[in-house]
Amino acid sequence: MVKPSPHSRPAPAPVPGVVRDTAPRGAALAGKPTLETVWAWLSAIPDPEIPAISLTDLGIIRDVAWQGNSLVVTITPTYSGCPATSIINLDIEMALHGHGIEKLELKRQLSPPWTTEWMTDTGRAKLEAYGIAPPRPAGGPQHCPHCKSTAVERISQFGSTPCKAQWRCTECREPFDYFKCI
Amino acid sequence: MGDNALVLGHRVSEWCGVAPVLEEDIALANVALDLIGQTQLWLGLAGEVEGEGRDADKLAFHRDVWDFRNVLLVEQPNGDFGQTMMRQFLFDAWHLAQLTALIDSSDKEISAIAEKSAKEVTYHLERSSDTVIGLGDGTEESHRRMQAALDLLWPYVGEMFLGDDVDAAMVEAGIAPEPESLRASYDQLVGDTLVAATLTKPEDDFAHKGGKSGARHSEHLGHMLTQMQWLQRAYPDATW
Repeated sequence: MVKPSPHSRPAPAPVPGVVRDTAPRGAALAGKPTLETVWAWLSAIPDPEIPAISLTDLGIIRDVAWQGNSLVVTITPTYSGCPATSIINLDIEMALHGHGIEKLELKRQLSPPWTTEWMTDTGRAKLEAYGIAPPRPAGGPQHCPHCKSTAVERISQFGSTPCKAQWRCTECREPFDYFKCI
Repeated sequence: MGDNALVLGHRVSEWCGVAPVLEEDIALANVALDLIGQTQLWLGLAGEVEGEGRDADKLAFHRDVWDFRNVLLVEQPNGDFGQTMMRQFLFDAWHLAQLTALIDSSDKEISAIAEKSAKEVTYHLERSSDTVIGLGDGTEESHRRMQAALDLLWPYVGEMFLGDDVDAAMVEAGIAPEPESLRASYDQLVGDTLVAATLTKPEDDFAHKGGKSGARHSEHLGHMLTQMQWLQRAYPDATW
């Protein structure tokens, strides 16, 4: 099992639109899938604690690149102590090895720190459908994910996972999780 | 930074399962989790810089009291819930200021860890200051306890702002801020919060010291380490 060194130097920030592989995009070499294919595989891996959304929905995969015959996946942690981090690494390894990737390196990147702004719109919609209010810069949920009432109040800044807070709806009386905006 | 986060993280985790209400239990466990996560980053970096093959676990579990460099405030016992939250508030207010300054560190890794941690600690401070205000400006009983906690813990505040030769060298290299430089804004923030909490800041600024230098920890740290380190000491290098 390839484990990321917990002390590795942070990788440089990914440059949007720049493909590090020398092979042209979309042209798969034998045994070396395109980066699009790898991203598609990664988008099928659910978050271990909130399985309604995928790792790519969450926005924690910062970069995927080939370095020679080795695939390098750069991941940024949501919260520094999040216990899901090691499970996420394991899930990525299992999935990519399952797709035939032999040489894999997982890199941890701390800066820029993960922000809920990187969560995809699809991810936000999936969260809401699952009953978790998606993050908002305003600092609180737009409405109750169950009955859509705007009559909501905070119970606690912290919830069942580091990334969530506890709120409740005073209309339908249901408590719900709110994905904290950081 | 690593030892402060580790010792306070462990202290706060002692509440897990026994906090006054479920929401507070969860919140305390979350704060502890953030601090232990930050510990892994700081001590991991410390071990790497030291270059003697010690990782974060080795540094956390294989050192004795005199090798710890945490300030005395964080090793103080939990006391009641109010005392725990007062300790948290007094530390958070310094912690966020320190991390914010470290984002500008000339060392890229220190800057990255500080940037990540500052986001988490912003939440910690928001919660601890709200709680200090809520309990200070609460019932007669909660007010009395919060004032007692403040009187007890205030003599541990000054140490966070004391610099030594190592600090001076770090200031010189642009790695970390001058500890004393954070004092004015700290006093402002803490002062405002204590006023809102109807609490009286002790006039005497006497400060206990010796934790950050390792010269004179309080008795409490040793007792805490016997709990925190017993497994690694009984079964060296045991892993999951």
